[in-house]
Amino acid sequence: MIEIKDVTKRYGDTTVVDRVSLTIRPGGVTSVIGANGAGKSTLLSIISRLIPADAGTVTVDGLDVATTPGELLARRLAVLRQDNHMSVRLTVRELVAFGRFPHSGGRLTARDHELVDEAIGYFELDGLADRHLDQLSGGQRQRAYVAMVLCQDTDYVLLDEPLNNLDMRHAVHMMRRVRRMADDFGKTVVLVVHDINFASCHSDTIVAMRDGAVIAQGSTAEMMRPELLREVYDLDIGVHEIGGSRIGVYFS
Amino acid sequence: MTRLRAWHLVAGTAALAVLAAWSLFVGVSDLTLAGLLDGRPDDVRVLVESRLPRLVAILLAGTAMSVAGLVMMHLVGNRFVTPSTAGTTESATFGVLVATLLAGGEALIVKMAMAVAFALLGTFFFMAVLRRLTFRDMMLVPLAGIMFGGVIGAATMFVAYRADLLQSLGAWTAGDFSGVLRGRYELLWIAGAVTVLGYLYADRFTVAGLGRSFAINLGVRYDRVVNTGLVLAAVITAVVVVTVGEVPFVSLIVPNLVTMALGDNLRYALPATALTGALFVLLCDILGRVVRFPYEIPVSTVLGVIGSAVFLTLLGGGKRMGLR
Repeated sequence: MIEIKDVTKRYGDTTVVDRVSLTIRPGGVTSVIGANGAGKSTLLSIISRLIPADAGTVTVDGLDVATTPGELLARRLAVLRQDNHMSVRLTVRELVAFGRFPHSGGRLTARDHELVDEAIGYFELDGLADRHLDQLSGGQRQRAYVAMVLCQDTDYVLLDEPLNNLDMRHAVHMMRRVRRMADDFGKTVVLVVHDINFASCHSDTIVAMRDGAVIAQGSTAEMMRPELLREVYDLDIGVHEIGGSRIGVYFS
Repeated sequence: MTRLRAWHLVAGTAALAVLAAWSLFVGVSDLTLAGLLDGRPDDVRVLVESRLPRLVAILLAGTAMSVAGLVMMHLVGNRFVTPSTAGTTESATFGVLVATLLAGGEALIVKMAMAVAFALLGTFFFMAVLRRLTFRDMMLVPLAGIMFGGVIGAATMFVAYRADLLQSLGAWTAGDFSGVLRGRYELLWIAGAVTVLGYLYADRFTVAGLGRSFAINLGVRYDRVVNTGLVLAAVITAVVVVTVGEVPFVSLIVPNLVTMALGDNLRYALPATALTGALFVLLCDILGRVVRFPYEIPVSTVLGVIGSAVFLTLLGGGKRMGLR
């Protein structure tokens, strides 16, 4: 369970996360939605101890992320941020293998190698495994990063905009894999997603943020309502039931 | 991509062994294998007092400087930021000058302590500046570093001029192995030990090179690892400057050549860089010894000529070879 209590983060006079309290129960997929600048990514970074909060606490299974040793937390929780500029020349396989670093240090066991191969296969990277990251397209790189995070094999997986740079096919596949990570492997996945329809089709719970605060949290059905979406995005979004999912229509 | 194979290391080591053996017999004093086998006292003395120490110094300096460059460029995330382009070398030289002013020319330990202290100060100052820079251009960052080194070099020059030490300064800065004798190079073992320490950190360095959030996610203490790497590079540079002087280009071109071929996983790149660095410096030193025999050209001059040529080739063909 991830428990967030009164977390606040300010940059100068701007409060980007404003006394957020939130509980994310184990299992399932939780999507955090909100307009640009709503504080979603900052909140995710605070939960994953990438940036410190100015006030408040975050605990993961009772471990305070601000004080728990990094290497211990790295076996419980994995995070992938949105913008990853990497000038390092590693092959896809080398990068994915570093997902095992929290478990095995640099010395990979036979089991580690299995997991690496599994993660590479899972994200259809077999043909690219020995290519350097800088020789890949943005979408391929994104898949390699997520494969590394999967390879880390943590109970909690936090992904900031995992659909970045992905085309439609790979975006759908990514969300299905995320779903399966929760369903088949029992992981707790927290996503920041821009596209509300991906959030609607693939998550159990949706958390809506606006101006640094959580304004609503609930099941997908509860959250996919025009009144609520209007409050989140300042936009009229019609919600239709299509193929068993609630789809927001906002294109015209 | 090429992978590091065992035979690469074996071939490299074999080449190094051949060159090393040859280097023992290159010099003005007549030293022959036959003489050695006969146990002629003169020959044995030349070998033990001069040739062997020189060889060991070359291997240690070449290895350590290239590894220092590799670690620094990897942690800074810029292939052109190395001890010679971040003010580290110049700071160390300044330290040697200050030590000489304060404690006289003979106190080697004081010199080294000062060189290390100044190298650390200079390096961390430049890193602090780097964090505040708004431009992150691949070429502008090392350019800023070279300018910073230039300023320190100018200050060093000024102080040396005032203290009437310009000639000594010239002697220290030009890296040269001809003065290496038994009893005058042993500090370099410190650089060797620090290099070995660097290998133990290789995986953590690689992870830190992935960037702050990747490193933290993987449970690596990012700031600590980066600082460790920078200290390592500064200490190595300072020790080399104190014992043999500035050896230009090694820390810049050797790691670049190696990582272009093998990638940036330091577990493989680091030993390969160490080996290549030793080979490169040894080759340049032998060249300097034979080109105008019986006179010697300092290794820094040879390195300057060959190094700049290689560097320009790297820059020119850099894009093609994946060096952005």
